[in-house]
Amino acid sequence: MSSKTSNTFTSTLPQNMFSGFVVSLIALPLGLGLAMASEAPPISGVIAAIVGGIVASIFGGSKVTITGPGNGLVVVLLTAITTLADGDLQLGYMYTLAAIVFAGATMILLGFLRLGILSDFFPSTAIQGMLAAIGVGIFAKQIHVMFGNTNQKGGIVELLKELPWTLYDFVTTNDHNFFYAGIVGLISLCIMVFHAKIRNKYFQLIPAPMWIVVFAVGMSYFYQFVLKQDHPIDEAWLIRIPEDIFSSLAFPDFGIIYQFKFIAVVISITLIASIESLLSIKAVDQLDPLKRRSNANKDLKALGFATIISGLLGGLNVVTVIARSSVNVNNKATNKSANFFHAIFLLAFLLLFQTQLQMIPVSALAAILVYTGYKLAAPSNLLAVSHVGKDQLIVFIITLLTTILTSLILGILVGIVTTFLLHLIINKDVFLFFRNIFKQNVLMFKEGETSYYVSVKNFSSFVNFYRLKNQLNLIPETENVVVDFSRCRFVDNTVMENMNTYLEKFEAKNGSLEVVGLDLHGSETSHPFASRRISHKPKQSKSLSLTRRQTNLESIANDFGWKYIPYKEESLALISDFTYFNTRQIQATKNFLINQNDTVFDVIFTEGAFIALQQIRATMFYIKVEHKIPEFTLDKEGVFEFVKQYTEFSDIDIPGHPDFSKRFYLSGSDESGVLSFFTDDIILFLESNDYYHIESNKKGLLLFKKERLASVKEVKAMIDFGLRFEKLIKDKYARA
Amino acid sequence: MKVYKKILVGAAFSPNLKVNIIQACRFANYFNAKLYIVHIGSQDSLKSKRIHDIVNETGFVGEKEIVFKEGKPIDVLSHICEKHKIELLILGAQQRENVFRYYLGTVAKKLTRKVKCSVLLLRNQSKVEFAKKHIVINGLASASSQRTISTAFYVGSALSSKKITVVEEVEKHHLKVDDDRSLRKVTIHHERKKHQEDLRIKKMINKIPAELQTGVEVKLQSIFGRSGYSIGHYARVVRADLLVMDIPAKKRMLKKLMMDDLDFILAELPTDLLIIK
Repeated sequence: MSSKTSNTFTSTLPQNMFSGFVVSLIALPLGLGLAMASEAPPISGVIAAIVGGIVASIFGGSKVTITGPGNGLVVVLLTAITTLADGDLQLGYMYTLAAIVFAGATMILLGFLRLGILSDFFPSTAIQGMLAAIGVGIFAKQIHVMFGNTNQKGGIVELLKELPWTLYDFVTTNDHNFFYAGIVGLISLCIMVFHAKIRNKYFQLIPAPMWIVVFAVGMSYFYQFVLKQDHPIDEAWLIRIPEDIFSSLAFPDFGIIYQFKFIAVVISITLIASIESLLSIKAVDQLDPLKRRSNANKDLKALGFATIISGLLGGLNVVTVIARSSVNVNNKATNKSANFFHAIFLLAFLLLFQTQLQMIPVSALAAILVYTGYKLAAPSNLLAVSHVGKDQLIVFIITLLTTILTSLILGILVGIVTTFLLHLIINKDVFLFFRNIFKQNVLMFKEGETSYYVSVKNFSSFVNFYRLKNQLNLIPETENVVVDFSRCRFVDNTVMENMNTYLEKFEAKNGSLEVVGLDLHGSETSHPFASRRISHKPKQSKSLSLTRRQTNLESIANDFGWKYIPYKEESLALISDFTYFNTRQIQATKNFLINQNDTVFDVIFTEGAFIALQQIRATMFYIKVEHKIPEFTLDKEGVFEFVKQYTEFSDIDIPGHPDFSKRFYLSGSDESGVLSFFTDDIILFLESNDYYHIESNKKGLLLFKKERLASVKEVKAMIDFGLRFEKLIKDKYARA
Repeated sequence: MKVYKKILVGAAFSPNLKVNIIQACRFANYFNAKLYIVHIGSQDSLKSKRIHDIVNETGFVGEKEIVFKEGKPIDVLSHICEKHKIELLILGAQQRENVFRYYLGTVAKKLTRKVKCSVLLLRNQSKVEFAKKHIVINGLASASSQRTISTAFYVGSALSSKKITVVEEVEKHHLKVDDDRSLRKVTIHHERKKHQEDLRIKKMINKIPAELQTGVEVKLQSIFGRSGYSIGHYARVVRADLLVMDIPAKKRMLKKLMMDDLDFILAELPTDLLIIK
């Protein structure tokens, strides 16, 4: 076994090495840029990437992630470096290094306490709002630098206000440094924007940030060797890297660790680093072609350890980064060695191209960050959120503004509280939440040997999603799962989004996960992630948007060439004269799949007298039979739920088929008719196929499997069974 | 195994009086038991007559005793339970405005805890007889699970139930699921645990007299996580008619303050409930 593993390891080594190389091409300019944006020495970002790559690839739990300095931290680190020592950047940096070391230790602690789960308690919209705020923060600062103005200071709002002045200065300046730096910045921005649009295989080989480096270095050589002139941009506008990297490392200063502002910085760094890492790990698991599950807690420990070492060596903190990881996956990395090689290549670059790196103007790197910041905060994100629902737009904007105007921690907290309050307001039911918040709301069991059934009751939102997640995580993705929300009165968008993630995970591993019981829930918008709730008066109207199950049913209908009708005003009258419905009151029928004589539908009915009333939903198949067939009921022997209480029928044994009689409970009013109907081939068919409850009312057949909604997979199986059964009967009468 | 030969029902002169007594008579009939009808208040020939009338109306012919006593309901009822060595106390739930929800009054909740006999909590108060076709038993491992399961079969036999599901718990592995490897380990562990649980329950069922098992379909169902919390949910999902469970002992001081399984089930009352003590 171990030799086989090592063989795959060696055989995939070249592609992992290549992938690591490509990633390092991005990581180098990004590392320099992110550090610069944080007002830290540019080299500190590269240190973080090198240490992170080496340590996390050795100790980490995920396979194809890349670790290094992250976007999210820029704003926190910038605040820390500029404020911890009251404006003294060098001292502030050293204090921040101490905070980074502490944050690393806290992350290790989180990993040991298995608090990777914490990221589940953040509503997805609030996180998006916070990320957008980080984007605005990066953008606001770096856009000045990109236009050559490296001295702009202040908070995000002030920076944005000063933007017109920087632009004005850029256009009117006489300082050639200022002007050329701005031009380089603009060209770099163009490279970032248009790189993806140029469809040339060789051009695409080098990632956009590296093209910027190539351009900047090339320009410098062009002036030096071709024009034989001085570089048009003064050294002050170029990045500074110490001549001897190893002797000039900065070290943390633990002087102010007892102060409140220091502790606040530690908390902010830990929080943002953990969230960014956990979200990235989750996202990269989706990208992984082998769909392996990453051990997030092990990753947290490894990242914490890497952060401590990086901090001690004067580097920024280490997180898992999504953009570089996805490049890694795209270049066919298969295991952790890619991350390791990315670090080694970075180290090599740093040692070999020290002089060339110093030729890069700061504005060129700023352009990379402006682009990154813009993508985080792009208006399209706002639009995407507004499609989910107005409530989500409110959460997004409140989180965004609070984060920009105050701090990240306060921002995310306000986002969480706003989301929860909105849930209370939308549902107009405080009790639903407060009575059930601490209750176990998820039931999971195995139905037979084949599938898992998960029922969720009361409400399911970001507050208690971890319960559902804990159960779902116990199921191997190769299995079949039905998640039933019909007892759940409210499902929020965070849960909907996560269910979608699970769905894709199961699909990728040839299992299946289906969400049922949501089509009675109303939703404000037609977005698949829109939160859904049952109102007190269940109304079925066309304004309800289709659930995923419904769209899947629609596509089944198309596959079979059938018609799909989600709602009908009148309910299906045909089925009420089946004996099964003698004691059950049909309330509604919906989700029709119709083809001539065949109709598959969901039926909602009640059972019992008014006081013991139970509402039940089931998926059934009705087949209109053109010939007159005898009345009968066919059940599995021993299944008593379906047998009606006051039966005038008795068990009919079919002579010559003891096994069939043993396994099935067949009853009917006209015994001889039933006996002639159940010919050998029909019995063989029933014996050799899945069990269904089958009922005949002379004119038609009603069949169903369970007294619950069927998953899409089960609907397909039912249609298949029904059609074959129908054909058998047709053939039988055709022969007769 | 518990046998229910003495059944007690409280009779308050509320709109529910008739339904309460009709139901109690029905259960006394099922178990062939003596019925004690207790009214909290002074003896009154008029009231006594009304109760007698209702009982006669049901056609109940078994032994019965009507007790009048003044005092606080909880004290009186628990006192009478001990004095007459009552074996089963029947309590009814009240209904919320919403047809689908029921709740237990505080008196019923406190009594459930206080009395030493078994308690039957009826959620569906109905004059019409409803067959208790499907019984769900909490088969959670405890010192008294053999007694609980045997009694449940006895009750199922008395109520001529068709199906009994014993719910067992697939205990969580100490190992948490983090990645594919731990998932595999945990899945294997779950399979093994399920097998062990099945064996444990089957052993107990084997000790139950055969006549109590005839005509009953027995099913074992394992659910994930703490079955105590989830069993009510399960009973609701499979639409059981009666849920049978025992009271887990409250051990530590801290746990006394927290809600336990029974509290959750009493708060929601998913089905009719028999608590075996």
